[in-house]
Amino acid sequence: MDIDLSFVWAGIIAFAVLAYVVLDGFDLGTGIVFPFFRQRRDRDVMTNSIAPVWDGNETWLVLGGGGLMAVFPLAYAIIMPALYMPIILMLVSLIFRGVAFEFRWRTHHESHLWDFGFWIGSSVAALMQGIALGALVQGITVEGRQYAGGWWDWLTPFSIMTGVAVLIGYALLGVTWLNLKTSGEIQARSAKLARPLSLGLLALIGAVSLWTPFINEIYFERWFGWPTAFFSSLVPLMLALCAFLLWHGLTHGKHLQPFLSALGLFVLSFVGLGISFYPYMIPGVLTIRDAAAPASSLKFLLVGAVVLVPMILAYTAYAYWVFRGKIDPQEGYH
Amino acid sequence: MTFLGFDAEMLARMQFAFTVSFHFLFPAFSIGTASYLAVLNALWLWKRDEAYLKLFEYWKTIFAVTFAMGVVSGIVMSYQFGTNWSAFSDKAGPVIGPLMGYEVLTAFFLEAGFLGIALFGRKRVGDTAHMVAVAMVAIGTLISATWITAANSWMHTPAGFGVDANDVFVPQDWWKIIFNPSFPYRMTHTVMAAFLTTAFAVGAVGALHLLKDRTNRQARIMFSMAMWMAAIVTPIQIFVGDLHGLNTLEHQPAKIAAMEGHYETHKNGAPLVLFGIPDDEAETTRYAVEVPKLGSLILTHELNGEIKGLKEWPRDQRPPALMPFITFRIMVGLGFLMLGVGLWSLWARWKGTLYDTPWLHRVAVAMGGSGFVAVLAGWYTTEVGRQPWTVYGHLRTAESLSPVSAPAVGTSLLIFIAVYFVVFGVGVYYLLKLMRRSPTPLDADQELDAGPIRTAGIMPGAAQDHPIGGRHGH
Repeated sequence: MDIDLSFVWAGIIAFAVLAYVVLDGFDLGTGIVFPFFRQRRDRDVMTNSIAPVWDGNETWLVLGGGGLMAVFPLAYAIIMPALYMPIILMLVSLIFRGVAFEFRWRTHHESHLWDFGFWIGSSVAALMQGIALGALVQGITVEGRQYAGGWWDWLTPFSIMTGVAVLIGYALLGVTWLNLKTSGEIQARSAKLARPLSLGLLALIGAVSLWTPFINEIYFERWFGWPTAFFSSLVPLMLALCAFLLWHGLTHGKHLQPFLSALGLFVLSFVGLGISFYPYMIPGVLTIRDAAAPASSLKFLLVGAVVLVPMILAYTAYAYWVFRGKIDPQEGYH
Repeated sequence: MTFLGFDAEMLARMQFAFTVSFHFLFPAFSIGTASYLAVLNALWLWKRDEAYLKLFEYWKTIFAVTFAMGVVSGIVMSYQFGTNWSAFSDKAGPVIGPLMGYEVLTAFFLEAGFLGIALFGRKRVGDTAHMVAVAMVAIGTLISATWITAANSWMHTPAGFGVDANDVFVPQDWWKIIFNPSFPYRMTHTVMAAFLTTAFAVGAVGALHLLKDRTNRQARIMFSMAMWMAAIVTPIQIFVGDLHGLNTLEHQPAKIAAMEGHYETHKNGAPLVLFGIPDDEAETTRYAVEVPKLGSLILTHELNGEIKGLKEWPRDQRPPALMPFITFRIMVGLGFLMLGVGLWSLWARWKGTLYDTPWLHRVAVAMGGSGFVAVLAGWYTTEVGRQPWTVYGHLRTAESLSPVSAPAVGTSLLIFIAVYFVVFGVGVYYLLKLMRRSPTPLDADQELDAGPIRTAGIMPGAAQDHPIGGRHGH
């Protein structure tokens, strides 16, 4: 019974992280592309498009972190010190990003400074999340129940590449979100920006995918060994489909299709990571089962999660529905 | 390895104390403000008196800024357990983690999910659904306070667990873990403290505007509501605080000894040390001003009750006495000042001069930040008093630390200090600016009232350049 629960929880935590990535991804992406929209009113519309939902989106990050501590405390205790600097820099960046939503309205003279904070906060947070991911994929040195590596282990060419990939990917989510939620000039410019971003992201997904199997033979075995290769080959095929739909949507002036396709790219990349990691929590070092908290912890929180996560999804969906449709800059937000 | 003369453990403690202190200020205010907004909105719907709607809109903006700062400073906390206190997370995570997991699932999502509708959605969803959203945010803050004080209380009075071969705390009885011995007292004391913090902040804003114009209707309403809270809740809070102290005497007597500045055990009635300077090295409280027997009377409700002194415990199991001794006196002193303001307001109300007593208003303005100071002082008392343990009696602070080096913790501490002072310093400045606005809308100084989609008729982009009259046109 223990075994089942730890895998159930791995699924729930993975879902929380994925939910965070796709939801806060377009929030952060909106900030990342701020420099391409210089007009004050354009930036107002952009922040207004995410103001009612960003806080809920970011809560998935708290669930990812808090949940990891609750049900995989050993993994949490090893990963956090290993990724010390990227995590700290991400948290500080999220502070700048989060307060800028409110602060930019509270001042005449300094509002451009908070816009800058919004941009740099969004960008560095995205970069650090990608670097943290890359560092985890590369592997973590562990002795006993503790991290035993150095303080700069996380900084490698591979982790920088994954950092840039997430930065570009979030930017793509951001512009396709703006393409969906805005009209006129902002939408046109977003759609235009989406093309080079799409090409950049696809190139980086390709590069990371080709590099990963050679980092650790576990990954190689998983992707090219039989019979898992049959299933894992589905991922690249579906990625290609998403890429086609993304490009088709952008070249045919669609509003929703590019956003959904970009989300699809993220979901599939995430599934690809899951294939590489399984059954490990920390590649090659700590399995899901070994990282899990005692059964009494898993059971206690699972009872709540089974009831509460569907409720959360329901009222989150309601909130999105309330604020559905295009934002009309002329009439404000009625 | 050290950093600026501090070892990694001390730096990690400083970092946690620094970040949690900043963080705690925002929920301490937003818990009360969320409930206040729910009451104001309900009064508006019930009485259809525009004054309540204006007050709701006024405090809504202040709440939004506070809440944003609470959210971003809170995310730091949920990761800091791992970055700096990974050994604690590994061992206590199975107990503390699920409690915080429930806080996220039952509270954080609820607040965040309905916040957008509560702030921006009145016109989109209608009055009823909007009221539900406002209530959900308020309930969310209270649920959050419940879980986090349960987790914190367990660290003070751990119960319902076993320990496995890896020294990991294994939960055995969740009921006992949540309803651990200090939880009911700590939660009640903390939530009431949050309400009083808001009451005195609201009272100060009301008083400030009464001093400018004593006929200002909105200012009168908020001042009156705040003074009712001060008069009614403060005495209850003092009573609850006393119960909490008795509970601490039962479960953490060393903390009480530190708070009271007692090094020697008093078998025949302990004095109350009013002032003094506890000296842990010399094991004595210098310059002590004492009232004989009163300490025992307060703590044991008997003149000759026994109070243990710090010398009962080996040195490596004693909390440092100076900090809890001082912060406890600050908290209690402010509590009685609050009581004084509450009683004064009752007297003025009875005489019919509540809105015409400038000195009461001036004192209320001066007391505007008293709740924040008291909350932090009380927090330091209990947390420093828990030392040298993270899980009282079971896991030492020194054994809770991550395998971090001092320079890494020191660097991140400096980053946090710089960022927090800039970001939250400016944030507090904006809050004070918002509180200086007259609560009568359509004044010229209200032009910054707009914000991210404040719903009613703002044109984003124009919001900063022109005072927009139609904003409140309902």
